[in-house]
Amino acid sequence: MTTITADGHIDDHAHDADHKPAFFQRWFMSTNHKDIGTLYLIFAIVAGIIGGAISGLMRLELAEPGIQYLQAWASISNGSEASLDQAYHLWNVLITAHGLIMVFFMVMPAMIGGFGNWFVPLMIGAPDMAFPRMNNVSFWLLVPALLLLLGSSFVPGGTGNGAGTGWTVYAPLSTSGSIGPAVDMAILSLHLAGASSILGAINFITTIFNMRAPGMTLHKMPLFVWSVLVTAFLLLLSLPVLAAAITMLLTDRNFGTTFYDAAGGGDPVLYQHLFWFFGHPEVYIMILPGFGMISHIISTFSRKPIFGYLGMAYAMVAIGVVGFVVWAHHMFTTSMSVNVKMYFTAATMVIAVPTGIKIFSWIATMWGGSMTFKTPMIWALGFIFMFTIGGVTGVVLANGGIDDNLHDTYYVVAHFHYVLSLGAVFSIFAGFYYWFPKMSGRMYSELLGQLHFWIFFIGVNILFFPQHFLGQQGMPRRYADYPEQFAYWNQISSIGYAVMLVGVLIFFVNIAYAFVAGRRVEGNYWGEGATTLEWTLSSPPPFHQFETLPQIK
Amino acid sequence: MATMQTSLSGRNRRSAIMAGLLGLGMLGLGFAAVPLYEVFCRVTGYAGTTQRVGEEQAATVQATSKVMSIRFDSNVNSALPWSFKPEQAVDHVTVGARDMAIFIATNNSDEPVVGTATFNVTPLLAGQYFNKIQCFCFSEQLLKPGQTMRMPVLYYVDPAILDDPETKDIKEITLSYTFYRSTDEQALDAGKGDS
Repeated sequence: MTTITADGHIDDHAHDADHKPAFFQRWFMSTNHKDIGTLYLIFAIVAGIIGGAISGLMRLELAEPGIQYLQAWASISNGSEASLDQAYHLWNVLITAHGLIMVFFMVMPAMIGGFGNWFVPLMIGAPDMAFPRMNNVSFWLLVPALLLLLGSSFVPGGTGNGAGTGWTVYAPLSTSGSIGPAVDMAILSLHLAGASSILGAINFITTIFNMRAPGMTLHKMPLFVWSVLVTAFLLLLSLPVLAAAITMLLTDRNFGTTFYDAAGGGDPVLYQHLFWFFGHPEVYIMILPGFGMISHIISTFSRKPIFGYLGMAYAMVAIGVVGFVVWAHHMFTTSMSVNVKMYFTAATMVIAVPTGIKIFSWIATMWGGSMTFKTPMIWALGFIFMFTIGGVTGVVLANGGIDDNLHDTYYVVAHFHYVLSLGAVFSIFAGFYYWFPKMSGRMYSELLGQLHFWIFFIGVNILFFPQHFLGQQGMPRRYADYPEQFAYWNQISSIGYAVMLVGVLIFFVNIAYAFVAGRRVEGNYWGEGATTLEWTLSSPPPFHQFETLPQIK
Repeated sequence: MATMQTSLSGRNRRSAIMAGLLGLGMLGLGFAAVPLYEVFCRVTGYAGTTQRVGEEQAATVQATSKVMSIRFDSNVNSALPWSFKPEQAVDHVTVGARDMAIFIATNNSDEPVVGTATFNVTPLLAGQYFNKIQCFCFSEQLLKPGQTMRMPVLYYVDPAILDDPETKDIKEITLSYTFYRSTDEQALDAGKGDS
């Protein structure tokens, strides 16, 4: 420890802005926002591979009616011959792990931890985050959180190994329905991931409020910074409620309380209210930073400032605010009165207004612009296309009356994959291609980037669009098996997964290509359309930047 | 430069503390949701929660001419070795008039068992108009081995139900109870001492 402290001391006084600490110190004890951002991105890619592989297993099983592989997989996980019930339990474990990993360990770390850490300080002209050490804590809390979740698959969770509760962890399935340590581990994993995000949110709020370069008022702040600010507030207001809800789950499970147990005067529906009070803002947490990135990319490749800047910023604020008062639209089937349903239907539809403002402003930004269709731009256009489809099915589902029919069907699965798996993930890829040369100093292959887009775009649409049909035909979600009548579209959906997988492989080839043979890039490789502060720095930026703060006129 | 540094770290600390307090406040609200939810259900009759009224308030209610049928539903959780059923399946009562329903519970096991009942009415919207003056469900019940107990519920339907456009068409209300085994050790110990 002594030597490390001494090294750090020297580092503080080094005048070389690009002096980097030694490997272990740099990556494991990092306090540098760019390094921590890189760690988050690597983490998100690893988690994305795991979560994506799990969805591959699911699509493989669902390709045909009947149980093909599940029982064999459950036997491997058990170490002995698995019963059919244990196979079904494994299915629940798979959907739970896929959901939790993609939400908490892929999308959130990539958008907020990765791009947020990398580019918020750069865009506001700050030397680093407000609390660099806390930033490090945030990241390293995620690693044990993921390990706990993955580890839970190997310990008993009721019918078989692993936590098979769905990402929503509804009681009583998660309490009296899942005996064994697996669900406790999963809950603890959520606690850690939540704590990590809350610390991160405090860090972002402090940084954005206090460390903007002289002259950068809130109304001159880049939209990505706005999006992260709103996201940080959503995290700060919603995650503690989840923490409270799952803490009560833990005590119900282990200490004999009955918060969610009717036998002791509790109510399982209370858990649903608490979960969705967090869960609905959570879906905006996953998409808002994407909105921010897309605004920059559309503006850059149209060579125009974003249309309606203030409207764009306050549309995000409005989405954040309204997002807190619509949660019960996830619970339309828990027997509400007509008036309550009417309110939640109307409030939910109101969100389409600020979202519409954003979509139309992006289109207006492109209108009359000098557009180039580089890789980040086509990903951004793909985002707008997909997110709009997801938004339209969202308005359909917002209707309490229609939701009674479509609740927990594949229509819902298709809807949230269009806004998240395609919306959020497309914006992550768009941001990745937009900023990857800035972060690494090397340009990827434009050809491979375009190929990645088209194959991925076609793949995910074949994958998810038929699920609308399945849902309308009444196929419920969360089942490993289905009647013959659903076989056709399920098979096509599984083929779509395979196509998408090819696209993802091209992505990894492209990254490898960039590091091996990618051309070294200058500071502002996108040219005059790219106007935010990160483009005034070299690519990659020096280890310490903005020792003299930039002035914003 | 030094003063600016301290002022920035001071401002940072202040922002972080305020943000942290906001987070803690939400954490507190998360836990506070439990009692708030209970109050909300009691006040609004949400989820078919029935109302509890005192003798004085009940005395002021005028009976109307409209008759409703009240059905009684009884359930026992599998962990509780009791049988539990209403004396009559249906009562026809005048809205506003008091009625007493009797439920009969028997402990079929050879040990004293404490049970506690949860309850609601359907249609759920009727909850805010279904008033109980007395109910066995307000407290835990101890049954000795083989003991049978008659358990009364004294209730009336508030005539205001006829004025609410959402409930005025209701002609039948089902009052449902589910008995669970109580985990309250003290009540059980008291029972063991007796037998």
